[in-house]
Amino acid sequence: MERLLFEMSKEGKSAYSIPPLDVDDIEVEKVIPKNILRSKKIGLPSLSEVDISRHYTRLSRMNYGVDVGIYPLGSCTMKYNPKLGEDISRMGGFTSLHPFLPERAVQGALAVMYELGEALKKITGMDAITLQPAAGAHGELTGMLIIRAYHNSKGRRPTRVLIPDSAHGTNPASATIAGFKTEQTPSDERGRIDIKALEKQLDEDVAGMMVTNPNTLGLFENDMPEVARLLHNVDALLYYDGANLNAIMGKTNPGLMGCDIVHLNLHKTFATPHGGGGPGSGPVCVTERLREFLPVPIVERDGDGFRFDYDLKNTIGKVGSFFGNFGVFLKALAYILSMGDEGIKRVSEDAVLNANYLRKRLTGVYDIPYNYVCMHEFVASGRNLEKYGVRTVDVAKRLIDYGMHPPTVYFPLIVDEALMIEPTETEGLDSLEAFADALIKIAEEAKENPDILHNAPINAPVGRLDETKAAKELDVVYTEDVGCD
Amino acid sequence: MRYLSLSDEDRRKILQVIGINDIDELFQQAGVKGSIEIGLGEKMSEPAVWSHFERLQSMCNDELVCFLGGGAYDHYIPRVIDHIIGRVEFYSSYTPYQPELSQGTLQSIYEYQTMVSKLTGMEVSNASMYDGATALAEAILMAQRIKGKRTKVLLPETLNPLYKKVVNTYTSGMELEKVWIPFNGETGYIDVDSLSEHLDENVLCCVFQSPNFFGIIERDMEELIEVIHQSGGLAIVSTNPISLGLLRAPGDMGADIVVCEGQPLGLSLSFGGPYLGVFASRREYIRRMPGRLIARTVDVNGRRGFVMTLQAREQHIRREKATSNICTNQQLCALATAVYMATLGDGGIREVARQSFAKTEYLKKELKRAGFSLPYSGITFNEFVVDLGKKAKKVVDVALNSSYAVGIALSDYMDGVENHLLVAVTEKRTKVEMDKMVSILKEA
Repeated sequence: MERLLFEMSKEGKSAYSIPPLDVDDIEVEKVIPKNILRSKKIGLPSLSEVDISRHYTRLSRMNYGVDVGIYPLGSCTMKYNPKLGEDISRMGGFTSLHPFLPERAVQGALAVMYELGEALKKITGMDAITLQPAAGAHGELTGMLIIRAYHNSKGRRPTRVLIPDSAHGTNPASATIAGFKTEQTPSDERGRIDIKALEKQLDEDVAGMMVTNPNTLGLFENDMPEVARLLHNVDALLYYDGANLNAIMGKTNPGLMGCDIVHLNLHKTFATPHGGGGPGSGPVCVTERLREFLPVPIVERDGDGFRFDYDLKNTIGKVGSFFGNFGVFLKALAYILSMGDEGIKRVSEDAVLNANYLRKRLTGVYDIPYNYVCMHEFVASGRNLEKYGVRTVDVAKRLIDYGMHPPTVYFPLIVDEALMIEPTETEGLDSLEAFADALIKIAEEAKENPDILHNAPINAPVGRLDETKAAKELDVVYTEDVGCD
Repeated sequence: MRYLSLSDEDRRKILQVIGINDIDELFQQAGVKGSIEIGLGEKMSEPAVWSHFERLQSMCNDELVCFLGGGAYDHYIPRVIDHIIGRVEFYSSYTPYQPELSQGTLQSIYEYQTMVSKLTGMEVSNASMYDGATALAEAILMAQRIKGKRTKVLLPETLNPLYKKVVNTYTSGMELEKVWIPFNGETGYIDVDSLSEHLDENVLCCVFQSPNFFGIIERDMEELIEVIHQSGGLAIVSTNPISLGLLRAPGDMGADIVVCEGQPLGLSLSFGGPYLGVFASRREYIRRMPGRLIARTVDVNGRRGFVMTLQAREQHIRREKATSNICTNQQLCALATAVYMATLGDGGIREVARQSFAKTEYLKKELKRAGFSLPYSGITFNEFVVDLGKKAKKVVDVALNSSYAVGIALSDYMDGVENHLLVAVTEKRTKVEMDKMVSILKEA
């Protein structure tokens, strides 16, 4: 157990140093009335830099990252984060740029945004792009607001957005914030969108549909052109959730599928780190007819240079303070340049190879409800272990004892006891073999000694945690006094 | 291909295990036919990519003396921060869905939540939002969840214009009436009479920004909040976290929700992102909050540990009924600001705030002495408006030639203020730089 910063704090310690004030000091009380001046201490800890550095280093060792080992979280695309991008994002010429600097002082930064935008347009087969959204769900909200603005510009007010039952939770949440009602479209027995059911749902009141392709079962929706045609017949728009783009690059693209709007997750497909839950980046690409609805500004070429274009006729406005997570753009562009056409295509190929290898190895050991050739991920189920009193959560926790991060569990919701496995292309064969071996061994343990699973993990910094107590007591802030200056 | 780990032999082995002849057949069986030319060009070596970015970097003026603010500030960033957020165990991990493997992230967020609560004077904080503007927009959406049928949102005209745009965009799908409250043209404070006129039982919340876009601290904040509460609405305060080293915490003055742009707390300017949305609230509203929340608990052996809690508010459980659609937030930025707050401590934040304030007052004094006028008399923290008596946009452009970013020309954001320049001063600016700034503004 690592002590909290506040428990380590001792009066009189300090870790900061800035130069002394070089102008006349001001008696604050003479300028600012007492009723708005701070009179109480804040209560931050008092520590030396040594204390702080050691504290966070010890905490980091209680964490698991991609650089520690396989991290096969389905739909999260936990691939290796190249160190080149990390260092480029720290170049002083970029980190010191203030977002209010005039365009002529930031031509290199605009070039980065332009080059990245062009590359992403090519990869998705779309015509225009905004880099402003800070994450995938933020991109979804942007896309939904564009759909709303598109219909409004035609004097229409459709109210419903269709979402397949296999979709990520962010889809319905984003559509709701944009003011739409959401409606589920069922999957058919092949695990794909049920086209007949979709046809019945479609009418003039449908604003659009959000589709993830490959879907969260890791299966390719090969009826997309037909889905697009049906939607366009009622002037509804097709939204492509790019969470799983990693499977199809250089093979096909959302433009060819007939999609109108696409969001990408740079922190998934383009190898920028997930940071323990951000910062990510969720650019949104659209077809030419939707360009006028994008958030402003977008970057355009201007002679030999670049400029911001704020003049979009029907822009939805702004979805973030500035231009998006610029630091993340640098890493994504460095990755794309490093890979080139050949490398990007190889990424998708290896991602699909790796997922199918694991699917094949685990067939017969775990249930695989939709056991077809998959794309970059597949969904297994722990329900065949229920007869031993073992659940998917137990399998996941036991994997921790084998030194591996578990897959996504209990999602998608259409598979009971789901284990959603996405190895990504950056895992080598040794790593895949070890992971498959561990899952096979765990299935045997479930049969022979299920308690090993119930009691797992035993090799982690903590055992299973009491979530009920956490939710009941809601101790979200340390309230005891802190020894501080 | 340096980021891929399969050898050609591995690929053949895998195809064998799958029972398929080649890659094309694999994709075909999965339903994907053919392939396309993307048009990205040839792959580049590591040194070639590095040189490319060095060239792009050289196309920026990076060694400018920065008096720019408007929501992002050039504070000193202690070196230790980058070393900590550079730990692969932190940055290459994901959302702590498996708490047993994420105690480092989880404990650091719990500590972050605690420090944010202390700084803002609030009872609870979430794990982070995208930035200051989206945090404010989400605060308004949260107020609406709390206040049910009420539909009127009061906002100050002195709100950062970029935040105005984001709030408008975020609420465009909602049936909300937004009323913009004017400011006193002499002081820059919010116009209290106008605010009072708009108060009724339909007000769901009022937003205050202090320091506001002109850098002015709302002097009567406590009374303003009290007035809003009397109407039954919620008070949302957007503030600069560094200012709280010197100023009374909004929570202490009755605020219901406090949001900040977290960038001043140890994040680099980085052309506008990644930044951090700081979001704190009263405890009674915790179940209506957006975003992740980390709680302390115990494991099966009674050892202390941390988990994500109240996940039933979140999109991955609650889908269309979630309190927000946010999933990936700005965790690594939150970690950086936590290290910043721990490094500075009470004394450090106070000192950064005090120096920023004192230097701002110095520059104001020198500008006045040089014959410039300051259009607003309200109290400021680290930013103020100066009337240059000539077109500010032109001056900004000319000053760039001397490697000075002298401020933000307000004409881009409002009418009738062509000569107004918004100037920010942090503890990093020196007397020499400020004196030179005055002479640049005089000569431009």
